[in-house]
Amino acid sequence: MSLQAIVIGASAGGVHALLQVLPALPADFPAAILVVVHVPPRRDNALVALLAEKCRLTVKEAEDKEPIMPGTIYMGPPDYHLLVESDGTIALSSDEVVNHSRPAIDVLFESAADAYAERLAGVIMTGANHDGAKGLRAVCDAGGRAFVQAPATAEVAYMPEVALAACPTARTVDLEDMPSVFEEMWEK
Amino acid sequence: MSESIEDIEIRLLLDAVYRHYHYDFRHYAQASVKRRLLQARMQWGYDSISEMQAAVLRDETMLPRLLNYLTVQVSEMFRDPSYFRALREKVVPHLRTYPSLKVWVAGCSHGEELYSLAILFEEEGLADRTIFYATDINPSALRAAQAGIFPLDRIRLFTENHRLSGGHSSLSKYYTADYDRAVFDKPLRERAVFSDHSLVTDAAFGEMHLVSCRNVLIYFDRELQDRAVGLFGESLVRGGFLGVGSKESLRFSSHADLFTEFVREERIYRRNAR
Repeated sequence: MSLQAIVIGASAGGVHALLQVLPALPADFPAAILVVVHVPPRRDNALVALLAEKCRLTVKEAEDKEPIMPGTIYMGPPDYHLLVESDGTIALSSDEVVNHSRPAIDVLFESAADAYAERLAGVIMTGANHDGAKGLRAVCDAGGRAFVQAPATAEVAYMPEVALAACPTARTVDLEDMPSVFEEMWEK
Repeated sequence: MSESIEDIEIRLLLDAVYRHYHYDFRHYAQASVKRRLLQARMQWGYDSISEMQAAVLRDETMLPRLLNYLTVQVSEMFRDPSYFRALREKVVPHLRTYPSLKVWVAGCSHGEELYSLAILFEEEGLADRTIFYATDINPSALRAAQAGIFPLDRIRLFTENHRLSGGHSSLSKYYTADYDRAVFDKPLRERAVFSDHSLVTDAAFGEMHLVSCRNVLIYFDRELQDRAVGLFGESLVRGGFLGVGSKESLRFSSHADLFTEFVREERIYRRNAR
């Protein structure tokens, strides 16, 4: 069964890391990519504009109930959780913060694991908290593929380290190798 | 892909809650409902949703606890200050032209939005002519809203939001600190009617001038959203205003043609005059 989506979670240092990875993906990249980065709740979503300018793939802020399309990068809006529904649409929620964060990486990963099961890849990048560890575990448990940014290449190593501890079968990938690892998943 | 056992159990539980207690969550957005039900199951120590269903059906003291998981939203006073600023600057001038006003806060939860509007109306000199209707399906949330008590540690955020919303008085004028709680002043809620109302199963309210219903529609599926938007259309006077959440929209509603975008970026709509 082929992969349908990649979920990415990043926190401290995440903007820089995403700028290394997402613009390197080709315009015909076949999967949907859903991204949660911890950002302060009231900041305008400048990250969407920044990535849209640099990426060959379409980048947009995720909207409630929109169908998830391949080859599109969906960014979780500030102050809302981003979830995947089992019918392949996006859901936003203003439920309480999880791991001190809204959006929370665990919320995205757990709902995506539920919706996509083995057709999902989850990636935890740089960050200073433990959000995403449970989520990555859920991706593994549902049969999906798990990746963490190699802690040595992370601006803040804590988040990938904790995720790796929660999900020891996750593959460790250097930041610079991440785009090619993503592409290889579809070439096989 | 076949439905997982857990998803089947969730459907059955929601159906059971509807049949026995007449609370209808069957058209709520699934991913969030599932997340909340799994939290309840963990918290209450049941091995499965089926086991939890048996308990919920047979023990009616479980219902209020379940409702708290399925409905209660922790919000903020003056959440999205720019929304309140737009109400103040763009909607209030129209509201001033009416001798009496009715405002409906639909899905009021613990009352953060109600008290925000009550304070805004006070500041704008409209309070004396206004009746607020605050509705929710959760009786314990309504009681909390009626009490108007919020944890003191949230007041700093509320105060900052209020200032950013263009508030021209100090928020501290409207509450009394009592140990770790802030008790909001009685006059704010004396003009409010608190009542049990479901956007899923109940009928329209009459002759509203403003309906504020933010981050409620986001939890509904398209069909249910459509019903709620229809209710708002019926409830509003011609030229009345509807505010929804910053990530909500009437774009996909079959009732969209009842409304015109009034302040687009703040998701404030106006009921058409025809």
